[in-house]
Amino acid sequence: MKWKTNDGGWSPYLAGALLGLLAIASVLATTQFLGKTSYLGASTTFVRAAGLLEQTIAGDHVVSNEYYTKTKVRVDWQFMLVVGIIIGAFISSIMDNSFRMEAVPPTWEERFGSSIGKRAAGAFLGGIMAMIGARLADGCPSGHGLSGMMQLSVSSFVALVMFFGVGALVSHIVYGRRTL
Amino acid sequence: MNTGQWLGLFTGVLFGFLLQKGRVLRFDKQIGAMLMKDMTIFKFMLSAILVGMVGILLLSDLEIITLSHKPMNVGAVLLGGGLFGTGWAIMGFCPGTSIGALGEGRWHAVFAIIGMVVGAAFYAELYPLFKSTIIAWKDFGKLGLPEALGISQWVIVPIFWVGVITLFFWFEKKKL
Repeated sequence: MKWKTNDGGWSPYLAGALLGLLAIASVLATTQFLGKTSYLGASTTFVRAAGLLEQTIAGDHVVSNEYYTKTKVRVDWQFMLVVGIIIGAFISSIMDNSFRMEAVPPTWEERFGSSIGKRAAGAFLGGIMAMIGARLADGCPSGHGLSGMMQLSVSSFVALVMFFGVGALVSHIVYGRRTL
Repeated sequence: MNTGQWLGLFTGVLFGFLLQKGRVLRFDKQIGAMLMKDMTIFKFMLSAILVGMVGILLLSDLEIITLSHKPMNVGAVLLGGGLFGTGWAIMGFCPGTSIGALGEGRWHAVFAIIGMVVGAAFYAELYPLFKSTIIAWKDFGKLGLPEALGISQWVIVPIFWVGVITLFFWFEKKKL
């Protein structure tokens, strides 16, 4: 087994195992410094971001919305975690020269052509669906897939099977040559 | 910024760094996993789970940290999970990786991020409706696998390890 990939990345086994260590260190650090154990996750931050943006145009509406009230619209630990992801990914990609400006990914282009408009529409509509789903399921591949699985949560096993099961089905229909 | 925000930022930078080094941020890796052609995402996620699981369950046993299971709400997890899977396949990013993908220059992730913020706003409006229907349906609460099966987590963990390592060997053999 190689520790480096051909393009200068790390073996996914190595990077993944290190992320496991980070997850452990993170629950310890949040418990120690914030007084409450917090687990790695990302999707709740999108709710807070939506709330913060809505606040600028309709403050009263955000205050009266039950879900925003429950979620607490503020820049918290997880919000900054998500901000950190973009910085970390940028540093890493600059370091190993894998930073690339990409408008349309290869697999998409093969199927739908090089139109940026089409890709934007797909990403936007897919994003709406995925986020409604993630909030309903109460987690995404970070919150359920990583953190929930590490805790052996029943809901996370079910959520992950649904994420990948339905994802596999839809991706075969959308990108696959054979039709199901 | 307060302590929580600084800690989040620091942890996030490391998280993003590892996601990028593992090469899991890319659209083609995510769709590749769903098409069963490239299992990089599975190798990465499952390795993280194997390592993280041992430490987190041990720290919880020692009562240093507390577990925080997400509720096993049957309708919400099944429907939400299915909806997420559908959106994920079209978008090619999950919430965390969309942000990271932007960091490594894959700027079309911006449309995915805008879509997800809009989706979150829709969800906030739809929440009262969901709460009285799908979410109200069948809720088993915050349930862990050891309690659900009535066996110790230290029986489940080794079985999980053996299963996942076997899967890893199969991935390598098939060059996935």
